Amino acid sequence: MKSLKKLSLLTLLAALMVFAAACGGGASTDKTEGKDKSTTPKTEEKKELSGSLSVSGSSAMQPLIAAAAEEFMNENPNVDIQVNAGGSGTGLSQVAEGSVQIGNSDVFAEEKEGIPADQLVDHKVAVVGMTAAVNPKVGIKDIKKEDLIKVFTGKITNWKELGGKDQKIVLVNRPDSSGTRAIFNKFALDGATPAEGITEDSSNTVKKIINETDGAVGYLAFSYFTDDSVTPLSIDGVEPTAENVQSGKFPVWAYQHSYTKGEADGLAKAFLDYLMSDDIQTTLLKEQGYLPVTKMKVERDAKGNQKNI
Amino acid sequence: MGKIIPAKERLLKSEKNWMDGELRGKILVIICAVIMISATISITIFLGTKGLQSFIKNGVSLIEFLTSTQWNPTNKANPEYGAFPFIFGSFAVTFLSAIVAAPLGIGGAIFMTEIAPSWGRKILQPVVELLVGIPSVVYGFIGLTVLVPFVRGHVGGLGFSLLSGVIVLSIMILPTITTIATDAMSALPKNLREGSYALGATRWQTIRKVLIPAALPSLLTAVVLGMARAFGEALAVQMVIGNVRDLPSNLLDASATLTTIITLNMGHTTYGSVENNTLWSMGLILLVMSFVFILLIRYLSSRRKM
Repeated sequence: MKSLKKLSLLTLLAALMVFAAACGGGASTDKTEGKDKSTTPKTEEKKELSGSLSVSGSSAMQPLIAAAAEEFMNENPNVDIQVNAGGSGTGLSQVAEGSVQIGNSDVFAEEKEGIPADQLVDHKVAVVGMTAAVNPKVGIKDIKKEDLIKVFTGKITNWKELGGKDQKIVLVNRPDSSGTRAIFNKFALDGATPAEGITEDSSNTVKKIINETDGAVGYLAFSYFTDDSVTPLSIDGVEPTAENVQSGKFPVWAYQHSYTKGEADGLAKAFLDYLMSDDIQTTLLKEQGYLPVTKMKVERDAKGNQKNI
Repeated sequence: MGKIIPAKERLLKSEKNWMDGELRGKILVIICAVIMISATISITIFLGTKGLQSFIKNGVSLIEFLTSTQWNPTNKANPEYGAFPFIFGSFAVTFLSAIVAAPLGIGGAIFMTEIAPSWGRKILQPVVELLVGIPSVVYGFIGLTVLVPFVRGHVGGLGFSLLSGVIVLSIMILPTITTIATDAMSALPKNLREGSYALGATRWQTIRKVLIPAALPSLLTAVVLGMARAFGEALAVQMVIGNVRDLPSNLLDASATLTTIITLNMGHTTYGSVENNTLWSMGLILLVMSFVFILLIRYLSSRRKM
């Protein structure tokens, strides 16, 4: 009975925490708006930025935005930027309902169901390239696109059919709703639906599984190819490099979007401009494994049509 | 030396304070109770309305949701919403881990209360408390790093399997079962044991024929509480079970549970979309199941009183 009491006490605590979290969320957005208005006296210099900004969305973009926010806050000590991860769906939903000022997404808002895409303004802040990655023992480095599709749809089940080791192919997928999966399916598999396999969300877990499982194949962003623990595959002989993505030769890449509701203004605009500045695009993005959007020689619209610029 | 306050006023004042304190205490406690009750009720209502939306608003068939094995919500032309593999997976890991953990936990409880009440308890109690304190993400990470390669190397399959999920969950629910079973066993009246010994029964006979039957309803409560925890656990299971949408055909097949599908997909889906709503429906199933577990516990404890 004693532990039953303990249990109910825990439940109470949990309920209180839920309440506190809900209230806390509401209060902070209120404060944001209040601060913005009260702390922008016209007499001071125009460049002095202050106030607070909340950002949420894509967990793949979170490290980049958080690092940029930190530098931005160092330069503007009166600014407070909160960066939360939670997934692209969460980011888009929250920016559409106005509970955050910037919502990050690794897919176009048009591709997500239930988002008023016409009300949102897209800011493409970075590009991320991704490719299939295999366990190093598989012994292949290059794959034809048609073979890649056969591997992921389960038509080829052993690596020896592709000139690799005699190992059974083990697929490592992402969840159905994942932006990474959507992009990989669209541009690497030409829209084919992959067969069932182990499904994990976090790129680090995917990398760990590919590294530890014989015959495993999954897909990862370029930034995860920092060591020899997994082998990135070239597709149709095109190596997965930043140069090939920028010139449009390598097909599997995606924009990292920051959405605002309506045109960005005030602090949100200042921060987005900062993200697009040369300083961030050439140094921070590279450190974090993203490609600068300013260097792209091709562009793509929400339907996936690509053209040169 | 200041004013002299008549004794009458002083006493009246202090009595008023005393009354105030009484009232304040009462209000404080009532507020706590109201918060608890309203939190539970509002969560239930919220989850109920959210969870039913996919059936009412989006027209997903309830029968298809509960029985179909095809889960393919992102197929734009022909989306399918069959959650049966996940419901099956949840029940499979829950019952299997209860089958593994119940004998271990009850055995540990008997060891602590009957075999070695002094030194055994001194060692086992902190061990059990330590097991409670380990966060589930750590269980999952150890499972992913140690258990999955072990199963792959020594048992077979990919390592990501029902079996791995069951092993991790068994260890996680062990402390719940052990603690409640220990309380139940030590709450048994002494005269049961003494009467049994007086009739010439050995210690094992006493445990098996007298003590376990007497404590059975409480022991079952312990197991059901453990199962409730296993049913709701998400993080650790997600890391070792593989999260495959197909029905598992044996213990070494990768599988998925309701909780793992919710945690994997919740962040990526947008509020109000069909897929998001079906995830809420899965949450509703989890809530309904926890009500069932509570009813079971109620039923078992009412039997204990008789």
